[in-house]
Amino acid sequence: MSGLLEEMTVKALRRNIPLSVQLDLTYRCNERCVHCYLDHDDHGEMTTAEIKHLLDEMADAGVFILTLSGGEIFLRKDFFEILEYARRTLTFCVKLKTNAVLIREREAARIRDLGVESIQVSIYSHRPEVHDAITLVPGSLERSLRAIRFLKAQGLRVVIANVLMTLNAQDYSGVRALADELGVECTLDPTITPMMDGNRSILALNVDQSTLRQVFRDGALVENVDEFCAIAEPADENSLSTLPCSAGHTACYVSPYGDVFPCVQFPVPTGNVRKQRFLDIWRHSDQMNEVRSIRMKELPTCSRCTHVSNCTRCPGLAYMEGNMRGPSTADCQKSFARTGIPSANMLAKARSAPNLVQIRTQPSLAGIPA
Amino acid sequence: MSRLFVARNPRVAARVLDGEMMIMSGKDSTLFTLNRTATILWQAADGKTPLEEIVQARICPEFEVEPAEALKDAEALARELAGHEILQISEEPIPPRVPGESGAGE
Repeated sequence: MSGLLEEMTVKALRRNIPLSVQLDLTYRCNERCVHCYLDHDDHGEMTTAEIKHLLDEMADAGVFILTLSGGEIFLRKDFFEILEYARRTLTFCVKLKTNAVLIREREAARIRDLGVESIQVSIYSHRPEVHDAITLVPGSLERSLRAIRFLKAQGLRVVIANVLMTLNAQDYSGVRALADELGVECTLDPTITPMMDGNRSILALNVDQSTLRQVFRDGALVENVDEFCAIAEPADENSLSTLPCSAGHTACYVSPYGDVFPCVQFPVPTGNVRKQRFLDIWRHSDQMNEVRSIRMKELPTCSRCTHVSNCTRCPGLAYMEGNMRGPSTADCQKSFARTGIPSANMLAKARSAPNLVQIRTQPSLAGIPA
Repeated sequence: MSRLFVARNPRVAARVLDGEMMIMSGKDSTLFTLNRTATILWQAADGKTPLEEIVQARICPEFEVEPAEALKDAEALARELAGHEILQISEEPIPPRVPGESGAGE
């Protein structure tokens, strides 16, 4: 984060201003990615007029960075009308998240003309047989890459977003090489998010510990491997007083149906913009204020964990595990992969599963048939 | 001195945060904050009001400065903001951008 943006974020935090919002325009999608957390049926998306009204309210509330996402945003017939209103009339800093399959030269030129800050495109592999097996759409890699070239030709900032999972675990270097060849940025996210309805079956796609360890020690991905994988300094009062993340503090998420959540990964309902003003939900929702009240030192398990001062704990993933003040197992796994030290949560689980511990401490029994 | 017209660059993003104007450049996503004078200039930069009129109507009353001195400073400021592609400046009125029209030179 640039110094000035950091300064603005501190100011927004102090004044309780939602500096950044992700608005999903639709959950409909033209791909069927195997790891996706969304239900793609349309359960009553906001109309164009409702979205414009919401954007007016957001601008009045001080929202500056607006991320338009989905689902696939280009499936909305009114997409450019919404984008034009957000940019020309309300001067948001707009970022787009898309699979880009529907972007051709004309769309790329229009995106450029409307001054979009960046376009994030999901690419899961440099190999069509892997990428297309994840999106379940034959030819999707080719179409997404063609779109990236159209966007780049317009001088736009493009970011490839790669989600690491069992199906593409060894392809991230190939995706990075592809990004270099295209002249675009590339991010890698090793987290699979449970479905918004709570279904956790897709978590089976999470990569294993050895892959996480490999990724976290890859000098091409991590600037300083020794520093990144070092055991955290003991927590002090300052680190225990920090906020878990921006969710509910300077950022939030709005679904295509007008539901407001602290983050796309934190589906605790806080209100609906079809019934209440956006700013009233942001300022006065009990749930939003509860999220805001969380400090690391109050977390029963995490506050006494070795990793507390540099953990990437996601309160939304913790919420989906059953307790927004509890640990997020996915982040425990990441801390373990980085440092080799199990988290307090992992140790507690091991203690409450004595049979598993017993088996692990008696390896000589392993080869004996029952 | 020739008349100067100023217009907001339609490719930037802008928002007032806690009384301070925040601008993100459309060229390279650099973030700027504008001081009070630059904010007044930005808000009044409609492409059709001459800079001289903006200075007389908006800047002089607020800062109690001599019009000639204020105009000189405002012109320097407008050129600086144009250098960052935050404002467009021209000796002719600047028409609003037609939606869908691809801009050149930004």
